[in-house]
Amino acid sequence: MRNAFADELTKLGNDDPRVVMLSGDIGNRLFDKFKDKHPSRFFNCGVAEANMMGVAAGMAMNGLRPVAYTITPFVTTRCLEQIRTDVCYHEAPVTIVAVGAGLAYSGLGPTHHACEDISFLRSIPNMVVICPGDAFEVRGALRAAMQQDRPVYIRMGKKGEPVVHKGPITDFKIGKAITIEEGSDVCLLSTGNMLPEAIEAAHKLKEKGISAEVVSFHTVKPLDEDKLKQAFSRFKLVATIEEHSLIGGFGAAVSEWLVDSETHAKKFLRFGTPDAFFKKSGEQEYAREVLGLTGHQIADKIIHALS
Amino acid sequence: MNVAVRNTAAKPDVAALKAQAAKLRGKIIEMSHKAQAAHLASSLSCADAMTAAYWHVLNIDPKNPTDPQRDRFILSKGHAAAALFATLAMKGYFPIEELDTYCQDGGRLAEHPPANLLPGVEAATGSLGHGLPLGCGMALAGRIKGENFRVFALLSDGENNEGSVWEAAMFAAAQKLENVCVVVDYNKWQATARSNETLMLAPLRDKWAAFGWDAHEIDGHDVGALAEAMQNIPNGSGKPVALIAHTVKGKGVSFMEDDNNWHYRAPTAEEVVKSFKELGLS
Ligand SMILES: Cc1ncc(C[n+]2csc(CCOP(=O)(O)OP(=O)(O)O)c2C)c(N)n1
Repeated sequence: MRNAFADELTKLGNDDPRVVMLSGDIGNRLFDKFKDKHPSRFFNCGVAEANMMGVAAGMAMNGLRPVAYTITPFVTTRCLEQIRTDVCYHEAPVTIVAVGAGLAYSGLGPTHHACEDISFLRSIPNMVVICPGDAFEVRGALRAAMQQDRPVYIRMGKKGEPVVHKGPITDFKIGKAITIEEGSDVCLLSTGNMLPEAIEAAHKLKEKGISAEVVSFHTVKPLDEDKLKQAFSRFKLVATIEEHSLIGGFGAAVSEWLVDSETHAKKFLRFGTPDAFFKKSGEQEYAREVLGLTGHQIADKIIHALS
Repeated sequence: MNVAVRNTAAKPDVAALKAQAAKLRGKIIEMSHKAQAAHLASSLSCADAMTAAYWHVLNIDPKNPTDPQRDRFILSKGHAAAALFATLAMKGYFPIEELDTYCQDGGRLAEHPPANLLPGVEAATGSLGHGLPLGCGMALAGRIKGENFRVFALLSDGENNEGSVWEAAMFAAAQKLENVCVVVDYNKWQATARSNETLMLAPLRDKWAAFGWDAHEIDGHDVGALAEAMQNIPNGSGKPVALIAHTVKGKGVSFMEDDNNWHYRAPTAEEVVKSFKELGLS
């Protein structure tokens, strides 16, 4: 995802002189092309995320379209006050791009995990929260974000994730979920880098004769309410899938919507990370397995819930 | 109240410390190779400071890692975890064989020091800029409880970008935390660029001095000088002490020195052999 981000950003920078890139001393060589073409619009802000976010807000208040980028916890929780007050309160059109969301950087330990950021950021007024499901969604989200006149948060995985879409998504719209596979029994609403697991779960379910629809629910705020209405009326089971805490994340947002809209859920399951730091050493695949978040484990739980 | 017994070794045994530092570097290189983990150069950069601290300065007992009187050492630049893990294992905090589990699924040794999991690790670090505020709190806890242990925090130069470091610096000076010592691993590199081309750190010693610290420049690879300066805390100045340690990232292996690719790269088996030769290890 991050290579797609850097590439798309360079293109956007070519077309729009307002685009400015701020990085928190990460992404070695990732932005070389952008730097080459727009040396005056790239800033390595160092290991100083609070300042970076304030600078981005100041730029945005003055007609620029800054993108602030670093590892997820450092571009969210580390500078949350700057995001809340400088960016969101001022409705400053800063695009915040996070790399390594959820357990993407599992091996680096809990300082680098990010399973709370959706919760924090979606509770801030004026903020849009997008969790792209693959590299093409990253491109679509970034393009859409830069056309907004408001703060946007884009939560990416790392690099080398499976690419789900066949090509560029020309009609990517913030707040409009994308159906990846059609189905008739259960509906899997996936957000962010869990999309490949959701697809795997659907395939496992199919083997058991259960037809699953897979939706990339890339925008967590604002929610695609039409899609939710459809999902809860058409399917006998709806599941949300995310690499984020069950507290305050995508599944929580859908739960809130269910209550507030007085929608009836026949069966509703939420897949996400527990209320605990993941302290074991190990890569993302291992962490998902331990936490029951792999496609086959998700499928098993759904089968169990249906029986 | 008990008063911690100072490590009274007057003069460091420089030859022994040098040999120990080479062994530590060897372990770190082995770990990096086996796990194919990043941050090798970052770990080699501070190997001499770690050696001086753990093999000469700190009042610690690996058999009693939670002794309230122990000196606290915080690896604030947590991405040099390999250096800390290797040090703690070599000191006997946990079996040396556990180093083989570095970065392995299910183990205790992830790529940054964990919280409440591994004996000898005083604080979970890895998000830069947290070590010194924690250290100030520890020092004040000691003062309030009448335990006069010392607190050492090893910071990277890039870490000096963080505002929290300077907030803590002013706090420590106001509180006259003379038992707090910061060592800055000033290797002039950060993750993606030269330190002084990223944010202006220079003149770094003057900055710490201006923030109320007894600040000194020191050769960060002179293990004897490091040992003496750290051993001398509190040094009578009535101020917290900052040692601005001039270092070379990747120190000890010629083809890694001052080459920031080794912030990310791990060595091949062949490169391990070459490194060991240079370090005089077999
Ligand atoms: C708060 C925070 N922001 C960003 C990072 C990502 N990161 C890891 S190491 C590093 C910089 C490395 O340079 P330096 O701090 O000078 O240490 P060195 O490896 O050169 O000793 C960065 C930005 C981090 N760990 N913590």
